[in-house]
Amino acid sequence: MEHAIVVDDVWKKFRLYDERNQSLKAALMRGRRARYREFDALKGISFEIPEGETFGLIGENGSGKSTLLKCIARILRPERGTITTQGKISALLELGAGFHPELSGRENVYLNGAILGMSKKQLDARFDEIVDFAGLAEFIDSPVKNYSSGMYVRLGFSVAINVDPDLLLVDEVLAVGDESFQRKCSEKFAELKSSGKTIVVVSHALGTMRTLCDRLALLEHGNLVDVGVSGEIIDEYMHDVHEDRISDGEFGVRWGSGEGRVEHIELLDVKQRPVSTVCTGDTVTFRFHYSVDEPLEKPVFGLAIYTLEGVHVTGPNTRDAGVVPDQLAGTGYVDFVVERLLLTRGVYDLSVSLADHALLHVYDFRHRAFRFDVELGDPPEQFGIVALGGRWDCMPLEVGPA
Amino acid sequence: MSRLQEFAGTQDLAINLTLRELRGRYKKSVLGWTWSLLNPLATVAIYSLVFSFFLKIEPPVGHPSGLHSFALFLLCALVPWNLFQNGLNMGLGSIVGNGNLIKKVYFPRELLVASGTASLVVTMLIELGVLCAILLVAGNMVLPWIPLLFVLIAIEAVFVFGCALVLSVCNVYFRDVQYLVAIALQVIFYTVPIVYPIRYVPVHATVFGVEIPLLRLYSLNPLVRFVSAFRDVLYNLRFPPLWDTVYITLWAIGALVVGLWVFSKLDRRLAEEV
Repeated sequence: MEHAIVVDDVWKKFRLYDERNQSLKAALMRGRRARYREFDALKGISFEIPEGETFGLIGENGSGKSTLLKCIARILRPERGTITTQGKISALLELGAGFHPELSGRENVYLNGAILGMSKKQLDARFDEIVDFAGLAEFIDSPVKNYSSGMYVRLGFSVAINVDPDLLLVDEVLAVGDESFQRKCSEKFAELKSSGKTIVVVSHALGTMRTLCDRLALLEHGNLVDVGVSGEIIDEYMHDVHEDRISDGEFGVRWGSGEGRVEHIELLDVKQRPVSTVCTGDTVTFRFHYSVDEPLEKPVFGLAIYTLEGVHVTGPNTRDAGVVPDQLAGTGYVDFVVERLLLTRGVYDLSVSLADHALLHVYDFRHRAFRFDVELGDPPEQFGIVALGGRWDCMPLEVGPA
Repeated sequence: MSRLQEFAGTQDLAINLTLRELRGRYKKSVLGWTWSLLNPLATVAIYSLVFSFFLKIEPPVGHPSGLHSFALFLLCALVPWNLFQNGLNMGLGSIVGNGNLIKKVYFPRELLVASGTASLVVTMLIELGVLCAILLVAGNMVLPWIPLLFVLIAIEAVFVFGCALVLSVCNVYFRDVQYLVAIALQVIFYTVPIVYPIRYVPVHATVFGVEIPLLRLYSLNPLVRFVSAFRDVLYNLRFPPLWDTVYITLWAIGALVVGLWVFSKLDRRLAEEV
């Protein structure tokens, strides 16, 4: 199969200026332009993307995934190595880049289209489609400086996606506009994908990446860790994140006045053993060890569970449950027992808080202080966040002719 | 050469960027495009007052046209000067001012400078149109000279494009370049026969007891030849000396080659530095 993109041993250095000085005087006095350190953003990356594949780049902030995408888009040039691409590239790095605020939407569509490599003839043919897609037909002749930021981005996206590229590069811009516009975008992506276009996506939204991409590359500090089928790479990434946690010990943000503190968080399995991995449907206990200096009146314990992407899954507390002690002092622990943990397979973060009865004064808040994994269990549901544990019944009302 | 292949097929972009420059230029101003004419007219009025009325600079009589007017003598040189001056200033801003575009989209960056130059040439054509009309009214039959005028414009545009290319990238790395250019432009303005005729420049001068061929050195400046050539065609209605035309053509080609070379050397890290 033809390769749409071949990345061969790509190195990219950035200069970190100790003092940003663009004056000639300073340069002459020092005998050079400015003091800087070099920093390797990409360290010898190589991979191939076959034509028609949807390929994702994942990794933590600073792993080099956006730099790599910009190198593929030829905005940045690598110091060493080559990137060979086949066909016309359209990059959705920033929507509406190059819009001139004083010009009308119409003039900007032509300008932006030309910047993205479309000819006047192609733009004439697609103009109506672009405007319809953005849903801006009635505003197209007013200057874009009067557009709302949503309209601006929609028009930018609409031009970029209608360029009819052979190769589409996308950086974290999948979520633009309102829900109906997002649906249109997803449809457009699906259409591009099924028409055999090659798409390269950079995103933090692992859930989207799992379903959208055929294959993924995992980057870490400018190194290519692995390339492979989406599901496997995401699992590997999750596993790495999980390992990090054990070596790092505690993490996350903590605030509060400190009269009472949640010292330690434990996840216990059904036999009361501390674990960090459980299965869907298990009986688990979240145990919070507290220590209180001065007696607290009617304190409230609360917890919150988040997905790695930051979706707030649930947030029970002792006040809502009606089990607030009148007074809390000394040390001890509070258990939150879940008979059947109905979270699906994935990695979750736990936040815990200790606050006053009105939930206005926070004694201690530990945001995303504990991370745990959930594996496939019973009910054997694997998609989404929540396993409802429902039952399927199949009731044939009429048996067809044999 | 792959660089050249890249430029092929970018005419539409070049045209669009030029239109962006032109359309964006006088937006939000009441008089709009009239400004591009009012500006030189104001300059002519001031300079006429100072140099012709106060300082009594005598414009030469056009030969063979017989025209004798300080304002027209000045304008015929001011129009090519404006292209040069505005071209350098455009060059300084063309990359620095489009940082957002350069960081987010790829296209041959030379096009930004090229479209800037093109938009200035359009402005110049408008100015020249008005100037020609005035000259016709004053009795100067410039119409047969218009083809030659276009040749001169083309040569100057290439020259300005080359200079602007160098300045555009240098200004990204050293912002001082723009201040240096501001001073240099003042020096060049007064060392080019714009507000005075070239015969005011002495042929020889003695500096620290050493005799130097001042007029020769003075005439090395390509701007002197550009201005004189435009003046020959518009004011005097005669062919500029052949050597002058060759001289400015060589300068234009030199500026273009150096400009493209410097640009290609320095544009590697534009997206990071701008």
